[in-house]
Amino acid sequence: MQQLEPRFRRVARFVSPADRGFAAVVYGGSILFALLIIALFVELVLGSWPSIVHFGPSFIWKSAWDPVANKFGALPMIYGTVVTSLIAIVLASFVGIMAAVFLADFAPRWLATPLSFMIELLAAVPSVVYGLWGLFVLSPFVRTAIGPVLQKFLGWTPLFSGPIYGVGLLTAGIILALMIVPTVTAISRDVIAAIPRDLREASMALGTTRWETAIRVVLPAARVGIFGACVLALGRALGETIAVTMVIGNRPEISSSLFAPSYTLASVIANEFTEATTSIYISALIELGLILFFVSIVVNALARLMIWSVRGSERT
Amino acid sequence: MRRSFYRGLVTLALGVAMTLPAAAATQLTGAGSSFDYPFFSKAFYIYNQKRPDVTVNYQSIGSGGGIQQFTAKNVDFGASDVPMNAEELGRAKQAVLQIPVTLGGAAIAYNLPGVSATLRLSRQALADIYLGKIAKWNDPEIAKLNAGVKLPDTPIVVVHRSDGSGTSYIFTDFLSHVSPEWKSKVGTGKSVSWPAPSSVGAKGNEGVAGQVRSTPGAIGYVELAYVIENKMPAVTLQNKAGKWVACSPETVAAAAATKPNVSPTNFSIVDSAGANSYPVSGYSWVMIYKDQSDKTRGKILYDVLSWLVGPQGQSNAKSVDYVPLPVNVQNAASATLRQMQR
Repeated sequence: MQQLEPRFRRVARFVSPADRGFAAVVYGGSILFALLIIALFVELVLGSWPSIVHFGPSFIWKSAWDPVANKFGALPMIYGTVVTSLIAIVLASFVGIMAAVFLADFAPRWLATPLSFMIELLAAVPSVVYGLWGLFVLSPFVRTAIGPVLQKFLGWTPLFSGPIYGVGLLTAGIILALMIVPTVTAISRDVIAAIPRDLREASMALGTTRWETAIRVVLPAARVGIFGACVLALGRALGETIAVTMVIGNRPEISSSLFAPSYTLASVIANEFTEATTSIYISALIELGLILFFVSIVVNALARLMIWSVRGSERT
Repeated sequence: MRRSFYRGLVTLALGVAMTLPAAAATQLTGAGSSFDYPFFSKAFYIYNQKRPDVTVNYQSIGSGGGIQQFTAKNVDFGASDVPMNAEELGRAKQAVLQIPVTLGGAAIAYNLPGVSATLRLSRQALADIYLGKIAKWNDPEIAKLNAGVKLPDTPIVVVHRSDGSGTSYIFTDFLSHVSPEWKSKVGTGKSVSWPAPSSVGAKGNEGVAGQVRSTPGAIGYVELAYVIENKMPAVTLQNKAGKWVACSPETVAAAAATKPNVSPTNFSIVDSAGANSYPVSGYSWVMIYKDQSDKTRGKILYDVLSWLVGPQGQSNAKSVDYVPLPVNVQNAASATLRQMQR
């Protein structure tokens, strides 16, 4: 928000009844959101309290998930959530940023507009459709084509060893990448387009080619905004549920191989919440939600910090 | 311009409201098991044709959710694949009647390219596969049951439901009955910790079926109705009597008929005796309060449910590939229902 000069502030105060009403609405609206987040947090803590008391902090680093014996630990799900999101952001940021550079600086207008539209259309596909496509098309493809090729060349690393089931960390990561690419591309394209023309012209005047200008001048100038776009996309990847549930293999186990089935925080909740009956079981599931809430807060805080640092550098 | 638009909108709303039927109809609500949903929606639709003043709104939110909604008295009846236990009944704070309404079975589907004969598995072999002790299809234990079938050297991929489900409950209940090792290591539940190292969890029947279909060497348990509709190859299992039985409405009904005195505390019909019994079978249940506070509503609820568990209601099961209750169980269910204070 822009700060007004002190002498204008008095004038700008809400004076008439209509102004006061307006003020109440806008303040009320913003406070409502703050209250909603606080209420969500309180509700999560209350719901998971029996589990927090019963299992203590070891809930976070234990890896058993046995509803019959009432033994619960969140580590495999935290691992699965983080790893799938990382795969997704690595793939999506590379492809997404390159697409954004093309759309902003290289594509002729008749191509840029329909292409942007199509990429943004990807964001409108329901996640269950991604999930079914992942299960019936992508996972057999990973098992028969992508997996064996990766294993042939990189099988000596623990990342690509072991049997290939088709479903697993890698497949889930690819599906997530597809789902978050529109976010990365759309925001990055706007950020790149906002870089002043002068910068490009100056660079070209020094004799660089268009590619050199894009890679060495435009991208570095836009890097902070692009990073913000990636963090935002990462937030979506962390919480995505249905599509991931269908292709991750739903196995609460930590394996170094990207071909191995795994599990995510959101998937466990989606899978088991409806049929969970004992109170400690329900509470453990809610505690997974609480952990996911914290992970999301950390990611959003990072995005906020990035935006602040952009503003800071603009002022100086 | 804008005003005429609003006027049009109001007229339209009034018009729509006038075409709706008068509010004299009674709407009963139920919630719970997603397994029951296809059968219920068919049966309650037929009932509404018969008695247009009564509609039943059933929400398939899962058995756990059904029990919660029922305990909170948000619905007229709850439905669950596993009857409420003593702890859950205690939370209801009122006498509850639990009635079996339909039957289900889990077929063991598999995907083994190059093998056209229907595979045979003993109860022990199936348990050992799910325990991870049998890891390849040409294991001697499978080979000796399938003399003459050339089994490939393919590793077995064990597929199970990842979402909590009544089908998983019936299946793990069966494994606990036939394998002491399974009972002590894993146990019975809607979600369990699956021990086989090559196991994969898939969401819903369609997920398990899809996973089995797309993975050579996979085996997985799928609801009977789903296997019939999708014509998947399924294992012939050896039952307690030593006979080989395929999963079908007849063999599941045969298993149920061996235990006419089924009750909410003694409900398991897995691995039952009888030459034609399919061993991986189970009931689904409806819960109602014994004392209905609203007598007229209670009377209608009684009418609907006694029709549902009677021969007329049960006759709708076949058309959606569900298994009707055997006659002796229908009678027992009606007798329980008559205890309702209405």
